[in-house]
Amino acid sequence: MELSLVIEKFILVAIIFGISLVVAMYSTYAERKVAAFFQDRVGPNRAGPLGILQPLADGAKMFMKEEIIPTRASGLLFIVGPSLAILTACIGTAVIPWGQQIVIGSNLIDLQVTDINVGVLYLFGVVSLGVYGVMIGGWASNNKYSLLGAIRAASQNISYEIAMGLSIIALLMITGTLSLREITEQQHGFWAHGYFTWNFFKQPVGFILFMVCAFAETNRTPFDLPECETELVGGYHTEYSSMKLGFYLFAEYINMFVSSAVMATLYFGGYNYPYMDAVNNALGGTWGPLFGVGVLFLKIVLFIFFFMWVRWTIPRFRYDQLMDLGWKILIPLAIANIVLTGLVSTFLK
Amino acid sequence: MNLFYFIAFLSILFALLVIFSKNPVHSVLYLILTFFTFTIHYVLLNAQFLAIVNFIVYMGAIMVLFLFVIMLLNLNKDTEPVKSSLVKFAGIIGGACLLVVIVAAVKALGKSDPVILKQADLGLVKNLGKILFGQFLLPFEVSSLLLFSAMVGAVLLATKDKPVKA
Repeated sequence: MELSLVIEKFILVAIIFGISLVVAMYSTYAERKVAAFFQDRVGPNRAGPLGILQPLADGAKMFMKEEIIPTRASGLLFIVGPSLAILTACIGTAVIPWGQQIVIGSNLIDLQVTDINVGVLYLFGVVSLGVYGVMIGGWASNNKYSLLGAIRAASQNISYEIAMGLSIIALLMITGTLSLREITEQQHGFWAHGYFTWNFFKQPVGFILFMVCAFAETNRTPFDLPECETELVGGYHTEYSSMKLGFYLFAEYINMFVSSAVMATLYFGGYNYPYMDAVNNALGGTWGPLFGVGVLFLKIVLFIFFFMWVRWTIPRFRYDQLMDLGWKILIPLAIANIVLTGLVSTFLK
Repeated sequence: MNLFYFIAFLSILFALLVIFSKNPVHSVLYLILTFFTFTIHYVLLNAQFLAIVNFIVYMGAIMVLFLFVIMLLNLNKDTEPVKSSLVKFAGIIGGACLLVVIVAAVKALGKSDPVILKQADLGLVKNLGKILFGQFLLPFEVSSLLLFSAMVGAVLLATKDKPVKA
């Protein structure tokens, strides 16, 4: 491997890592502002103009707080829990194509860390790994509420992973590839051959199933049963304090960012937008793709807003309702969607 | 090749830790690490699909269930049943017999040739899919039926003594 490639990828990884942290940081601020908007309040407005420095203040607070490890907790695993949560949240961004190839100086650079030919499955693997952070942390706390939260998280994740996998299968039947780069390239522009190119218009049911499962996998309301405070005090992070708690909360926002990026890439065309060829020609090889990256981020921000909108609109499910929804509604719907997709793609082509 | 030896060493180390750790939850966590090293082995063999499926199914699903059950039972030293010395003695003899069989089996093998992949990209999704759904279609479908019947059986067992609704 050439050194220049290593340096290029290293810079790309650093940029993506930084961006996802900043987006997650400002998601916490946006969440509070959106909540305030929905509840007709003002929201945080003291730290800096419009409260824009609030995430920094929160971060400083998290770092300064006293760190408590319960005496009967299992020491190492108590630390491994939040570390694993934040690690699995961060590695998902590696396969997402952030933009078209970009010209910098005389080099052509891929705006994607790696284009492995099992990209979709990789994302799926990262998602399925995400639950370990919660489980290990909840168990290591040696607290029955934490343990109950951890066990809820495990059963919820397993249940919704199945529906998520089935909804992706229907999408893969159309795209015929597992590489995220190719899936995005297939959605080039907005309109081609007399139909929309974006997968949302080919797989509307699949998208809705995927989105519901994404809510469940990121433990967002209405599926935040693992940290249901009315029943479980704080759920799996009851015993956590200081930055370890911060990592758990932060991992949720990074997960939200990554799943928004995945939804935008798989179903809403990623960095593609209407009339993109004309715009690319007008802006040239550097600014054109960058504009595409901006469009992708616009889609991501809209999805994040949607996550927050739902959180402050829909109340939490009861646990048996959650399981019923997963097993008795989403999975049959996903299988029906696969059959329908198979029939349509057999008889229409 | 050096990488292979390093990963193989890790596999064996974690597999031994599974057996030797006192706490069942730690055992399961070491088992997860063992499976992770298997994933790396698959990647080294260029079997990307198998690697990622091993990752998703074994690490992401089956081991979560293992961990789930063991956490729920909350096994620890206090609740461990006291085994009589007769059982321990029988265990030692059984284990020794197994060791003899394994050593004999390994000795009977010829010295293994270094594995050379005949088709280096056999493990890619496209090629694997074509082989599974072409050449090996019947065994593939039969094994899926087998899994399905096992699933139906498990559900049947689980709902056997359902309370009658009033």
